[in-house]
Parts: sequence; C-alpha cells; structure tokens
Amino acid sequence: MRQFLRVAWVVMRKDLTVEMRSREIVYTTVFFAASCVLVFAFALVREGRPLEDASAGILWISIAFAGTLALGRTFERERHTETLRALMLAPSDRPAIYVGKLLGVLVLMAIVEAVLVPMIGLLFHAPIFARPHWLAALLAAGTLGFASVGTLFAAMLVRARSRDVLLPVLLYPITIPVIIAGVRGTAAIFQATPDEPMARFWAALLVFFDVVFVTLSLWTFEPLMTE
Amino acid sequence: MAFDFDRLVVDDVSRHFGRRRALHRVSLACDAGTILGLLGPNGAGKSTLLAILSTLLAPTSGRVRYGEHDARSAGPMLRGRLGLLGHDLYLYPELTARENLEFFARLYGLARPRDRADGALAEAGLADRADEAVSGFSRGMRQRLALERALLHGPRLLLLDEPFTGLDDASGHALVRRLRGLRDAGAIVIAATHDLDLAEGLLDEVVILREGRLLTVPRASGPLRERYRETIRTAAPPAASREGRA
Repeated sequence: MRQFLRVAWVVMRKDLTVEMRSREIVYTTVFFAASCVLVFAFALVREGRPLEDASAGILWISIAFAGTLALGRTFERERHTETLRALMLAPSDRPAIYVGKLLGVLVLMAIVEAVLVPMIGLLFHAPIFARPHWLAALLAAGTLGFASVGTLFAAMLVRARSRDVLLPVLLYPITIPVIIAGVRGTAAIFQATPDEPMARFWAALLVFFDVVFVTLSLWTFEPLMTE
Repeated sequence: MAFDFDRLVVDDVSRHFGRRRALHRVSLACDAGTILGLLGPNGAGKSTLLAILSTLLAPTSGRVRYGEHDARSAGPMLRGRLGLLGHDLYLYPELTARENLEFFARLYGLARPRDRADGALAEAGLADRADEAVSGFSRGMRQRLALERALLHGPRLLLLDEPFTGLDDASGHALVRRLRGLRDAGAIVIAATHDLDLAEGLLDEVVILREGRLLTVPRASGPLRERYRETIRTAAPPAASREGRA
C-alpha cells in the first residue's frame, strides 16, 4: 500500500511540476471556464437580475466543460512524448499510475473551481457563503466522480484517432448522474432558505457514485491499458 | 526475494492487429550475458516484438517466459527487471535532464534518487547540462539521456529500438562499449537496429524478421551486412506474396 501511494504521489507531483513549467492547462481551462460563465451571464442575466435557479446548473456545466478540456490535455501530453508507456513499465500496480493522474486532474479542477465559484456568486448573485462547507463537499464529491471516470476514459482513448471527439461523447452520458446530483445539491443550498437535508441527500448520492466510479476505474485500468 | 531471471524464451508468439499479422509464430531464446540483434526491413515486426517482450503488448497467441515466469505470473516485479529504450524516448521535454531521471528513479522506488540521477548524467556525458530542460537538447543528447533512463534501475533485460539513432560517431562507439559492459555484467540485451556497421562485432546472436516471420540466418562467417542481404534475398517469400504472384 505504501508503494502504491508513493507511486501515485510521484506521478501527481510530476504532472504538477510539468504544468507549473508550461501553465498550459491551467490558463486554457480557467479561461475557457470563465468564458462559459460569461456567455451564460450575457444570455441569462437581464437588467442585473439573473434567471432564477440557473447558477447551480451553470456552475456544474462550466466545471464539466473545463474538466473535459483538462483531461484531454493532460493525456495529450503523455501521448505526444509516449511517456504513458514508460509509466506503464513502472514496477508497481498500474492503478497507482491512474490514481496519480487522477490526483493531478483534481488539483487542476480545484484551481478552476476556485475561479468559477466567486464568478458565479458575483454574476448570478448566488449565495456562495450561505453554506460554504456543503458547497465545498458537493464540489469535492462531484469533481471526484467526474474526474475518476474522465481520467479512465482519457487514458483509454489516448491512442484513438478521434479522441478529442470521443472523450466528451463517452464521458458526458456516463457522468450525467454526477452532474445532476451536483446541480440539485448545489441548487438546494443556493435557495433563499438553504435546504440542508436535501443537500445532504445529494452529497451522499455523490459519495456513492464516487465509490462506484473509483472502484470500477481501479479495477478496469490495467486490463484497458494493456494493448 | 527480488525477482530475477537468466533466460528469455519466446515460444511460438504471434500478434495480429485486426486482420494485419504483425508477428507470425516467432520463437527464440536468449541467455544472460548475450546481445541479440533484431534485424529486418521496415515493418518487419521488430518493434512489435520488443513491445511484447516489454509486457506493453500482449501476444495474440504463444507465450514469453522470463526464467520460470511469464508476464502475468511475475506481474510488476518483472517490470522492475526490464529496461526499454523505444523509438520514442519517454522523456518529459518540460523537465530538466536531472528531473526526468529523478522522476523515474522515484517511480522505480530506487534509494537516493538524486545520487542515481547524478551518476546517470555523468555516464551520459550530460552533467554540465543537468539543469536544462530536455526540450532544448539535440536528438543525440536525448538519446543518451533516454538510455540512462532505461538503465537507471539496473535491468536484467534491456530492450533497445534503434539505439544508435541520432548519435554521433563517438557517442555510437561509446554506446557499443556500454552495451558490451552490460553483457559482461550478465544482462540480456536485445537491440533492433538498421545500423549494421556499429552492430558488427557487437552482436553475439542475430535474428532477422521479415513480414512478421523469423528467417534462418546462415551460420557462415562473413560481414554482417552481407549475411543480412543474403538472408533477405534467399528467404522464400511469405505465403500471401506467393499466392499473390500465382
């Protein structure tokens, strides 16, 4: 187990070091996510008054879009240098590589969310500080569910010719339950009177999806990655 | 106890990609302390065979045995005894030479990764460029660095795909000396190459692949290039070609 965690940590640290050097994924995903929110704001905010209950949906759609971009770019890097093969040759359980890549994607998505949430609060008057711990819990659980499936699919598609098209086509239908639970849970705490029991229910559902998705991904990563 | 082996056996291995047959019933064996040359024209199946030996690719049929084990039974321990220098060099261009080596040393769980990286950089003749990003290196420098990456953990089986690519004359001869040293230390080295001049005198055994099949190389003495040409010229064309001509 120590070796598994060590390899995951080493892979995540390497991904973040590479990203710190190029800043390619952070800049593109943050800019893309911010553009999404701005487009929605232009479309749905009239005379300073946003459409009711739209903020939660816009937050999660922007996270999903930006997350897909980050996932694609993370693995495009490994494909370009063929370094994914070198990672697969490491004398450790291959799921440790998956966990390392997943942790790297989660850090990148957390940075994107740190920009998105205040923007949603500002442009859509969402009460982001009404229940901050529930908002953080929903975002953490939802992002893990989305990124766990996304990391597996992005790794699987790394050699596919139409990977850029296939990733969202495969990823969105599978992660619909996560997006729905995230939107409904976030909407519950963005109400004028936050509905904590409802937020708790959707957060619990997200944790259930996380357990299922992460377990399935760990189980299938090695056979899917062996050509 | 650490996993190890002293004999590699490829037994009747075939690999198909859809309807295309990349390897057809290839069998060979290689003992520790041997350098085996894998020769053949482009598209002969050399890289496919190296990918199978490195466990990155599973054979469609047949098996590969590393001592008493196959890839499935040995698992991750086997990968700790394999080193692969592919046609792609498996280096991160954004990282420095030292960071690349330290990353792989940590990935392999080696003690004192910094010292290992420094030793490998000195061996590659890149100690003075250690803190420069690999993206600024020439192909030959990257090739030398990638070889050190593949050797960092002291593999028993070293698989090399076109190891002389991009190397200048001095670096090519330095690589030949290095490979001889590894052979003397008991490694099994399998090198796919088109550089028959550098391979001459280096290889202990030679196998030639054409269209996925192993050809019989004459035992007779003579320059490697001539033996290679003679083997390719006299080998019977594969069944599909014969049918095509008929």
